[in-house]
Amino acid sequence: MNNFIVEDWGLIDYQAAHERQRAVVQEVVAGAPQRLVFCEHPPVLTLGRMFTPESFLYTREDILSQGVSIVPVDRGGDVTLHAPGQLIVYVMADLDRYGRDLKAYLERIEEVAVDLLKDFDILAMSMPGQRGVFTDRNKIISIGVGVRQWVTYHGLGINVNTDLSLFDLIKPCGLDVRMTSIAQLKGVPVAMDDVKEKFTRHFCRRFGASDG
Amino acid sequence: MTLRKNSRGIFAGVSEHRMVEIILPELGEGVTRATVACWHVKPGQSVEAGQDVVEVVTDKASFNVEAPVKGRLKAVFVPEGKDGSVGAALGMIE
Repeated sequence: MNNFIVEDWGLIDYQAAHERQRAVVQEVVAGAPQRLVFCEHPPVLTLGRMFTPESFLYTREDILSQGVSIVPVDRGGDVTLHAPGQLIVYVMADLDRYGRDLKAYLERIEEVAVDLLKDFDILAMSMPGQRGVFTDRNKIISIGVGVRQWVTYHGLGINVNTDLSLFDLIKPCGLDVRMTSIAQLKGVPVAMDDVKEKFTRHFCRRFGASDG
Repeated sequence: MTLRKNSRGIFAGVSEHRMVEIILPELGEGVTRATVACWHVKPGQSVEAGQDVVEVVTDKASFNVEAPVKGRLKAVFVPEGKDGSVGAALGMIE
C-alpha cells in the first residue's frame, strides 16, 4: 500500500506554498511519506516557462491594480490564475513507486479529476495534447506537473467556487477557452470540504493508496 | 561508451575522456521527445551529482534532469526551446 499523508495548508501565499512544496519534495526523495496537499491561494497569476505576453489581455499595471499578483514559476505551460474558491491540490508522489512513467501518472491524475466531477454529475474529459480537464465547452480543472528526482510537485487547480471574472484578465494557458467552475455548473456554491473528501477518496483508489 | 547507473537509477553515458553525457531518460510509454525549457547552469559552471541541470517539458509536465556526476558543464547539445530525444544526450559534463 502506498501511503500518502493528507495535509491542508489553508489559504496560503503562492510563493510560500511553493517553497514548502520544494521542502516536501526533498523529504520524499529522502524516503519520507508521500503527500497530498490541499490549499487555496490569494489571487495570483503564475507564468509558466511557455508564457507569452499575448496571454495577458490587460497591462501588467492594470492586473496588479486589481489586487492580483504576478509570479513567474518553474513549471511548463503558459499563464494560469489561482484565487480563493479554487481548490489547489499539490501531489508529492514518488514515481519510483509507479513505474517511473510520467505519462501514466498524468493520466491517473486526470482520471481522478474526471471521477471527482462525475460525483457532481458533471461530465468532463481530458483532451489529447491539452493540459487540464474540460466540460463540453469549457475548462474546469487546470493541471500542471513538475518532477524532481522522480518526485512530483504542483498538481491541480479545481475551480470550485472561483470568481470566474478574474480569468478575463488572461487567456488561460494561452488558450482561447472559457473557464467554468463546479458552482457555476451546479448553480449553487459547493462545500470545499466535500470536494476535498471526494478527491481524496478517488485519489486513493486510482493510486492504490491509503490516506494514512 | 558504457552505461553506469547512479544512486537514483539514472543512466549516464561515460566516455573515455571522463566526459559524462546528460541523458534524457525514459519518461513514459510512448514519450519519445521532450523540449528543453531551461538550463539551470551555463557551460563552464560546476555542478554536483544529483543537482538539477536541465528542465525539459512534455505536453503536460516539466521534468528536471539531474547531473549524473560532479563536474563542470562542458557542452549543451540541445538548447532551450529545442527538442531532445529520449535516450539521447542533452549535454555533457566534464
